[in-house]
This record gives sequence, structure tokens and C-alpha cells, in this order.
Amino acid sequence: MKNGVPRGRMRKHLYNVGALFRGLATVFGFMFMRKPTIGYPSVKKQHAPRFHGLHELRRYGDGKERCIGCELCAIACPANAITVIGAENTPSDRRSPGERYAARYEIDELRCIFCGMCEEACPTDAIVLTPRFEMSDYRRGSFIYAKDRLLVPPEAGVGTPPDERPGGIPADLGEVAEIKSTTDIDKGYSATYRGQILKTQRRGLAG
Amino acid sequence: MTLFWILGVLLVASAVFVISQRKPVYSVVGLLFHFAVLAVFFLTLNAEFLAVIQIVIYSGATLILFVFVIALLSSGVAPFSVGPNRMPKAAIPAGLIAFVALALVVYGILRAPLVNAPRAATTSIPGAVGAPNVFGSVADFGKALFTTHLLPFEMTAFILMVAVIGVVALAGETTPFVPSLRRARIIEREMREALLRGGEE
Amino acid sequence: MSWLLVLIKSALLLFVVITTFAYAMLFERKIMGWMQLRPGPNRVGPWGLLQPAADAVKMLFKEDLTPSTADPLIYKLAPFISLVSAFGAYAIIPWSEPRPGDIWSIGNVNAGILFIFALTAIGVYGVSLGGWASGSKYPLLGSVRATAQMISYELAMTMSVIGVLIVAGTTSLAGIVHAQQRIWFVIPQLIGFAIYFVTAVAETNRAPFDLVEADAELVAGFHTEYSGLRFGLFFIAEYVNMLTVSCVATLLFFGGWNAPFGWTFIPGIVWFILKVLFFIFCYIWLRATMPRFRYDRLMAFGWKVLLPVATLNLIATAVVVAVKG
Repeated sequence: MKNGVPRGRMRKHLYNVGALFRGLATVFGFMFMRKPTIGYPSVKKQHAPRFHGLHELRRYGDGKERCIGCELCAIACPANAITVIGAENTPSDRRSPGERYAARYEIDELRCIFCGMCEEACPTDAIVLTPRFEMSDYRRGSFIYAKDRLLVPPEAGVGTPPDERPGGIPADLGEVAEIKSTTDIDKGYSATYRGQILKTQRRGLAG
Repeated sequence: MTLFWILGVLLVASAVFVISQRKPVYSVVGLLFHFAVLAVFFLTLNAEFLAVIQIVIYSGATLILFVFVIALLSSGVAPFSVGPNRMPKAAIPAGLIAFVALALVVYGILRAPLVNAPRAATTSIPGAVGAPNVFGSVADFGKALFTTHLLPFEMTAFILMVAVIGVVALAGETTPFVPSLRRARIIEREMREALLRGGEE
Repeated sequence: MSWLLVLIKSALLLFVVITTFAYAMLFERKIMGWMQLRPGPNRVGPWGLLQPAADAVKMLFKEDLTPSTADPLIYKLAPFISLVSAFGAYAIIPWSEPRPGDIWSIGNVNAGILFIFALTAIGVYGVSLGGWASGSKYPLLGSVRATAQMISYELAMTMSVIGVLIVAGTTSLAGIVHAQQRIWFVIPQLIGFAIYFVTAVAETNRAPFDLVEADAELVAGFHTEYSGLRFGLFFIAEYVNMLTVSCVATLLFFGGWNAPFGWTFIPGIVWFILKVLFFIFCYIWLRATMPRFRYDRLMAFGWKVLLPVATLNLIATAVVVAVKG
């Protein structure tokens, strides 16, 4: 016996023929196993909460934009995908808590490499990558996302703006990380669901 | 009778097509068609077994080898090259022989019962063909082949064997170079040395 | 009016065979999917049942290209040779007990099984001429392989079938099925059946003997250059050939429409279809399991194993029949 193969010419041949049928039996058994396939358009795989997908521009709880037009994200971007043109806030038209806000904020999602550098560079946690990944389209122009598509609606704002906070500007990083994972709960993104899918996957493979 | 004439014309036309083509592959396709028509011809004569065997042997084994050789040699694309013309010398005797042979064939055909009389010989396939003990059935064919016609059958096999040997003798005219063991070793050493020299340069 | 009847039967049969082809393809993709832990096609219609229609539409509207180096006439002729020879076999396959008056096959040919061999022999031309006429190197290699492989395996196949013919004493397919009323020929001719099964896979160019197509090394072999409907014709021919060899295996070795265990309350044609389905499943199963043969091993296996064993089986059968009868 060497590696389970018996010695002797005839016995080896018989062993090989047996192996043929064992292979067939294995494949036959596979036919009745649970399939790990996720039926994509109807069933959506839940990505990790910190998955790097489509960007989103956040607001504060009172509806003010978080972005202060500092252009740090545009500088941090290794793919030069972000264009920010800032403008001054005026007392009559106050968009953000700071002095400036982003008059134009555009991301070319075809250039973007989804590295998350903008997210890390942002001092106010305004730009965040969400787990959304379905952004196919037919025209290249439609991949340039401007504020109309990036900015969340006012009612989706979270956190207290720093100018209303007693004692200056504490970081609220932890809070935003939490928001990130739950913000899209209406569209079916939830951290727990993902766990379920993975479990069925394992069961399917092990039979 | 109409079937006979249609098939006959197709048969002759495809045969002419085979020898008139310049591309070998076209000849092969023509020959394939020729064999198919011939098989149908046999079917109209109730010779079912012969028809099938015609296809199996000639189309399935012989002709496919032609395709194989043509494909391997890739000569299928290039037309036949024109060899030296030996016609002028042999034109008159060859023409005479061909004429006499053709005349004999035509005479034979005209004398044969096929054209003159019995409709029975050219009837289409009747339902009775499936039954045993009918002219042309496999069983009868086999019986005839191995009893009444055993000698011609074996003779044919022998003649084919002679043909095979003849082909080998003709094609293998020049003896291939088979070196003796000692000579082979010398050649091998020379080649190795040549290789080494090549490596130094 | 018998020719009209034959015409109607042929048209019906053509429809049935083409539908069967379409669903055999879906069946294969489904089974292969399940065996590879995938669900298989399930997007078009319920459980993907309309997939064949979608494929057909796609095939029809694809551009039909002819390479500039191809031989246009033979390039266009080859798929038709394949298709016609594939369909021709159904003219004589009896689906059920032939009753007087109505017969379940178009023609009852005395030399039935030989007729099928003759058509298989012509089918080779579709592949080899198509590969040659494409005017490109991979199809040429595929066609040379096809020719060599088919000639080699046809011999062993014929030898394995002759054993059955000796036992049955007839070459008519209906006659062979009648001879199996007591016992299916798979039992006395087990070796013959094994050889027939293996050679049939090789004859239809299916995995693990699909060296003619060999996606990995020959990029689909003889039909690399074909596209659109012409490719479709080759595709149909391949599946119809698979159906044919399954039918022949059923007729020769598994008692055709004869019911097992005397369960005659189920009509013969249902038994026939069930048996054919079983064989098709086996072919798919093999394809999902086995890796492709190496070319030299394929040749060695055909000539050094299958042919001698088939010949010995034939001789043994002949001796036994001669001694008994």
C-alpha cells in the first residue's frame, strides 16, 4: 500500500476502476446538497457594515450639512476623483455649522478606487462610504455623482452640530461608525442578516 | 423508372464532379455525395444491406481517411499541381481503349434486363423488405455470402490483401535509413559534440 | 398515400426531437449545476424552463461570420451534414411496440442498426470538413482529432454491438427488442454494454472524450470559427447524437419498450423514454465527474483495451451461441 493504492498490477487496475465509481458517487451526492448560491437580484448579499461602496454626504441632526468645504478629501484622494468647490456661509443662508460649505461636491465613481481615504481625511465625518454597490448605468456621465445624489435627506441627519455643543468640538467618530452600519436599514441592509446567509453557506458546503 | 433516371444522372454528374475539381476536398465531398446516391440506388434495387455497407465502408472508413490525409497535409487548399503532360504519346491508344470499353458498357446496359423489362427490379422499397427471406435482406445476404458465394468472397479478400501488399511495395520503394546500433551511437556522439560546440560559441 | 403519412410522421418526429434537444440541454445545465453546487439556469421562466427558447432567440440573432481564410462552400455545408446525419437516425428508431397498421417508427429497416452506423459514419464528415474548412489552426487540429478518434472508436463500438446481433439473430431494431422479452441483453452482454457505453461517449464527442472540442487546448476545436445559427446546428447535432446513442443503448441492451418486472400497466413508450432519460443522465453525470483524456491515452485505450476486449467478447458470444444453438 502506497498512498492507499494497493500493490500489484491487477489490483492497482481494479483500485483505479473503483476510484472511478467512487468519483461518480461523490458527484452524485453533491447533487442533493444545499447550494451556496445567493440568487442575487432577488436575494441580496449583505456586505460588511464597513464595506467600501458608494459615497454619501452626511448631515447633522438638525439638518445642516456636515461638509465644511475644506477640500481635504479631494487632496487625500489618490485617484483625483473628488472635486470640491467651497463657498462662504452667510447668516441668511446657513448650510453648515462652520464658516464654509461645499457649493459643489462631485465624485467621479468611475475614477474612484473605493479606498476610503476621503472618509479618513474628513474632519467632520461628512463623507462616508456606504455598503451600497449597485450603481451600474449606461452612460459614463451618469457616474459623476453630485450633491443631489450624494447628500442624504435632512431627516436622515445625525449628531449634534459642534456650534450647538457645549464645550467646543469633540470628535464623534464612534457615533458615525455606528450610524454607517444602520443607516440603510430600510433598504434591507442589516448586520444580522449577513450572519444568517453565511451560516446557510457553511451548511451547504458541509452537507 | 423516373427514379432510376434521376439517380443515374445524379450519379454520373457527381462522378464527373469528382474528377473535374481542382481542389481535393471538393472531390472528396463530391465522392461522398456519389456514395450516398449509390446507396440510394442499391435501396431501389432492394439491396438494403449492400446500401448500408456501401456507406459504412466507403464513406465511413475509406473516404474519411482521404479527408484525414488532406487535413494533415493541408494540401486541401492548394489546387493539384500540373504534372508533365504524357498525353500526346498515349492519346490515341488510350482513347481507343476508352472508346471500346465504353461501347462495351453501353452495349451491356442496353442488353441488361434493367432497362428493357421487368419493373420488379426497380420497384421502390416495399413493406416486405423488413421481413426475412426477402431478396436483399441481411439474413439472405449473409447466407449467400458464406455458402454459395464463399469462394468469390474469399477470393476478393485475397485480392484486396494483394493490393495492400502492392501498395506497401510501391510506396516503400526506397528503404528508409535505419542505422545500426554502432552507427547510431556515432551519430549521437557527433550530434552532442556539435551541440556543445554551438553552446561555446 | 403512404408517403403523406411518412411525411407527417417525419414532421412530428422532427418537432419532438428538436424539443427534446432543447430540454436535454436545459436538463444537462441543471444537472451539471446541481452537481457543481449551483442552482443552474433559473432566471427565464419558472425554474428556467424557458431558457431553451431564450437560447434559440440568441442563436438566431447572432451574427453569422465566415472567416476570410475559410473555404466558403464547405464551411457552410459542414453543419448541415452534421445535422442531417444526426436526425436521420430517428427515421428508424422504434419508440414502442409496432402494431399492425400503426407503427411507432417511420421506417422499419431490416438492417436497422447498420443504418444507424452508416449515419454516424457520415456524421464524422460534418466535424472533419467543418474543422478543415474554417481555415484556422485550432479547428483543423480538432477535425484531425475527430477523424482519428471516431474511426478508432467506431471499430470497438461495432464489435460490441455485433455480440448483441448474434444473440438476437437479427439486425432489425424491433426484432432485437422482441428478442429481449425474457431477459435484457445487458445481462448476457455486460462487457458488450460497457464497451458500447464508453465508445458511445467517444463517438458523440462528449466529456471525458471531448478532445475534439477540448476548450482548454483547442478553444472549442472544430467549431471555434462558427457563430450564430451555424454553430447552433453543430450544437443541435451534438445533443441529438447523444439522444441517438441513448436510444440505441436502450434498444440493444435495456429491452427497448419492454417493461421490467412485468409492470406492463405503464405503456411501453413511457418505459422507453424513462430508459433513454436514464442514459442521458448518465452522460451528464460522466461529464460532471471525469476530467478529459490525454490524446495519446485516448488512442491507446481505444486500440489496446476496448478493441481487443470487444473482439474477445464477440468471439466468446459466437462460441456460446454456436454451442447452444
